[in-house]
Amino acid sequence: MIPRRYKADRMLSPISLLILSLICLIPITVCSQTEPDTLESVLSDSIASSMELDLTPAPVTNVTVADTDNDAGGSITVSWMPSADDYSGGKVRLYRVMRAEAVNGQPGEFTEVGDSPAGKTDYSSDDGNTSDDVSYFYKVVAVNVVYNEAGEESEFTSESDMAGPITSTPQWFHKQRINTLVGMCLLSFFIIYYIAQAKAGKKLFIRKIAGMEAVDEAVGRATEMGKKIFYISGIGDMDNMMTIAAMTILGRVAEMSAQYETYLDVPVCRSMVMVTAREVLKEAHSKVGRPDAYKDDMVHYLTDDQFGYAAGVDGLFVREKPATIFFMGQFYAESLILAETGNSIGAIQIAGTAMPSQLPFFIAACDYTLIGEELFAASAYLSKEPKLLGSLKGQDMGKGVVLAAILLGVLLETFGVFQLSNLFSVID
Amino acid sequence: MRQEIPLLITAIVGIGFVIQYFIPHWPFGKMSDWFSDWFSIVGACAIILGALNLLKVSIEKTYRRKEDWGYAAVIIASFLLMTIIGIAEGRGFRNPGTSFDWLYNFVYIPLSATMFAILAFFVASASYRAFRARNFEATLLLIAAFFVMIGRVPVGHTLSSFMPIGWQLSDLASWVMTVPQAAGQRAIMIGIGLGIVSTSLRIILGLERAHIGGGK
Repeated sequence: MIPRRYKADRMLSPISLLILSLICLIPITVCSQTEPDTLESVLSDSIASSMELDLTPAPVTNVTVADTDNDAGGSITVSWMPSADDYSGGKVRLYRVMRAEAVNGQPGEFTEVGDSPAGKTDYSSDDGNTSDDVSYFYKVVAVNVVYNEAGEESEFTSESDMAGPITSTPQWFHKQRINTLVGMCLLSFFIIYYIAQAKAGKKLFIRKIAGMEAVDEAVGRATEMGKKIFYISGIGDMDNMMTIAAMTILGRVAEMSAQYETYLDVPVCRSMVMVTAREVLKEAHSKVGRPDAYKDDMVHYLTDDQFGYAAGVDGLFVREKPATIFFMGQFYAESLILAETGNSIGAIQIAGTAMPSQLPFFIAACDYTLIGEELFAASAYLSKEPKLLGSLKGQDMGKGVVLAAILLGVLLETFGVFQLSNLFSVID
Repeated sequence: MRQEIPLLITAIVGIGFVIQYFIPHWPFGKMSDWFSDWFSIVGACAIILGALNLLKVSIEKTYRRKEDWGYAAVIIASFLLMTIIGIAEGRGFRNPGTSFDWLYNFVYIPLSATMFAILAFFVASASYRAFRARNFEATLLLIAAFFVMIGRVPVGHTLSSFMPIGWQLSDLASWVMTVPQAAGQRAIMIGIGLGIVSTSLRIILGLERAHIGGGK
């Protein structure tokens, strides 16, 4: 119609043009009244088709599938090259990962198994959602989501080529943890070697730990004053290494207090710590020949709540006014509340924790503080047993190796060699 | 046997845990989750022991009118009040609007917050003692603390705003925190890591027995 009108426009006068235009309009009107769908549908299909082309993102390419490494099976990693429309403000909103089980080597029906946001080029699920004895095919769909003025959502998608078949398998060794294994073996070797040396009678020099040297004095002071000793094992439970270390130190302190016939009060924050501490105290009293001095009430539960526990212990400190207080284990914000209250009543206080953020509080408020590793060394130190002291020597050798590695690393990094630091990267 | 059996269990479980860290294959890969679940189950059951112990000690103290028995009476009353209301309100006892929720929001939380707030005053008293320049180390601590504190408040920024960027008090405070402080803390963390491995090894090998009453 447009060319015809164009011709008329050039050939006829304006009046003739008006008449002709009216004549031409008649069939159009008639046509639209008699066949309402034909022209509109043609036009809308044409517009929709051009819009779809415009809004459909380019498909992703190079889809590769591989068994996820270092896992217990049940996971496949899908990687791809991003769509050409995957850029800031581009047409890709997300990538939809589709999977189909292989049936006689051919893919069955594809279903969605997950998605990755735009910009990401891989997907893996470690929730065991693949079976290790089934093969799978994958494809990745680039998705654009468009909303019209009414807020209705429309999706424009383009599929990649299919990749597969692939089967997930579990691994028998986590290859990215080999550095941890080597480090652990080295440290264990040092520890076992020095334990053997100590057993053979070799004299080992262990530096003095002031806090541990003061334990005798602290227990003796309580005995002389006829007052209680309080042992606070923190708010950690028995799955915490600091609490376990606290229990081993409690065993040594309990032996001394039993020998000196001084009452040891152990208010605890966890029921399982209560049960363990009771066993520790019972055995310690039996060991020094004072089983009669042990009472279950020496270890008593207060509450699991952090500040409730702090309030309870503070109350006991203020009312009982102990001569000696030990803080050993895992502490958080309650550390200073407890230690300052102990300080205010004039008790001799020995603290030990491996919580770096709480160490300054203990150092400020306590007479002696076991810093970090000293907490773990305390039991061995107090026992004076050669084989336990040997383990401390081995631990120190491990520290020497770490120190040497740090110095070497600093030198190499300074000169632009970065391989050494890569050896120490650990994947959780 | 009283010591050998616990030592054997400890050794087996300890070695199992070391192995599971390096082997993702079933059943090793799932061991950590299983033990974690069982620890939670045992811990949940053990809370009964703790609660019973708390009640026993408090009732005994109140019954015998021991010194400060009033505190024990408050414990018993609070314990029974919360327990009875919690049980009476059934499964939805933590829902908004319940009596238990009211007690939690208007009694328990303010009491906890009060204890936490006391920390501010204890920090002041502990700082006063720690920052006395008694010797070289304490003086160094005092100087470092002074710069960190003044560098972290607006007045510190104002006082040093005439200095070039990178040399202002806030920059000095950041440097103290990110270089010497971080270095010291990392050194402590390395020591802690080695200490944990060493203690674990002593326990797994049965050398450390203080927690089960063993030793020389």
